[in-house]
Amino acid sequence: MLKKRIIPCLDIKDGRTVKGVNFLGIRDAGDPVALAKRYVAEGADELVFLDITATVENRQTLVDLVSNIAREITIPFTVGGGINTLNDVGRLITAGADKVSLNSAALRHPELISEIAGTFGSQCVVVAIDTKFTDGAWRVFSHGGRTPTALQAVAWAKEAAALGAGEILLTSMNHDGTKNGFALDITTAVCRAVNIPVIASGGAGTRQHFRELFATTPASAGLAASIFHFGEIAIPGLKKYLFNQNIPVRCS
Amino acid sequence: MIAIVKYNAGNIRSVQNALAGLGFESRVTDNRQEILRADKVILPGVGEASSAMQYLQEKGLDKTLLALDQPMLGICLGLQLMCRQSAEGNTPGLGIFNANVKKFPPAARVPHTGWNNAGQLRGPLFAGIAPTADMYYVHSYYAEITGQTVAVCDYITPFSAALQHNNFFATQFHPEKSAAAGRQVLKNFLSL
Repeated sequence: MLKKRIIPCLDIKDGRTVKGVNFLGIRDAGDPVALAKRYVAEGADELVFLDITATVENRQTLVDLVSNIAREITIPFTVGGGINTLNDVGRLITAGADKVSLNSAALRHPELISEIAGTFGSQCVVVAIDTKFTDGAWRVFSHGGRTPTALQAVAWAKEAAALGAGEILLTSMNHDGTKNGFALDITTAVCRAVNIPVIASGGAGTRQHFRELFATTPASAGLAASIFHFGEIAIPGLKKYLFNQNIPVRCS
Repeated sequence: MIAIVKYNAGNIRSVQNALAGLGFESRVTDNRQEILRADKVILPGVGEASSAMQYLQEKGLDKTLLALDQPMLGICLGLQLMCRQSAEGNTPGLGIFNANVKKFPPAARVPHTGWNNAGQLRGPLFAGIAPTADMYYVHSYYAEITGQTVAVCDYITPFSAALQHNNFFATQFHPEKSAAAGRQVLKNFLSL
């Protein structure tokens, strides 16, 4: 049976992780490779690295970082942030990234999704959708959630899938950071609208929230950042809990 | 020396990294002599079947691979190219395995992405691997089950998670991305 995936997300700035990380035993908490290795050892199913600086000057830093990560970790990983061209994607894939995550660039140039899928395969294109329930609809935001667009989440997810996206990474801005649980309704609606895997993000605060996500929506994966970084939820304990709740997970 | 067959865009760096992690040097090459001389040959995955097959044919690599008598391992798309025929672009394969490659039904969520079981394990590739082990898969097409199937996965339908015929081995999952269990599969292949 296909397992539900647990995915820690690491925010990267200038090649270092940002936000607090309080894993014991990592001397330099800002080192993304050390943190990534720790997550692999703990049983994370996949990792997402999000470059939050994403400036042109930092492109090479990110490519170098991807090479280092690829050398050290043996599970799939996705890189996102500031990816604008097929050339950007090529450099990251060649450096060892398995997937790239597109957000604003896909909204600006939807054809980029098809270009990447056509060149590297659908499996390496993740379309990240930041959405917020406002004025009675789940609207799509770009530029890290700062800029509203005319699109709605379900319609954009369908279009992205039709253009060749291999996965949708859906973040509810209403839920992100609240630790009150995932956005179950919009996650379900997007899952039903597309035939590709959907990763739910935003709102995880407890183990029960992951159970609720997997028990009540068709989401393929749950992504979170700070609760893992701050050790509020340890991945081995989370997996064991989900397993005991009859949620199919990989227990390594 | 391990030859990794170069035939398409895609992430083959991970395969190289995984081999390096096990202490094996490898070369990514489409040179026929180099491939024939290699101790072992890996045909990696990810990409589209018809363009990959076309590349192999243009370079004359299809005949080279068929002539190998050293152990060869196909991964993901590599496995599918080693089969008889692929529904992806209606592509004739190398015909090493007697399986056909089919597309998952439209109702399925594809690509089949994530960790899934490889069970009913047989043969040297799976020495020391628990029958409950999960491996990482990402694919939209699958090879049917035949007498050459040495591991089975179930997604919508049971399919070949691995095939073996004489010195030819292949996995649908990515051993280089499957943590400790995948590492063991690669280790088993390298010690053949």
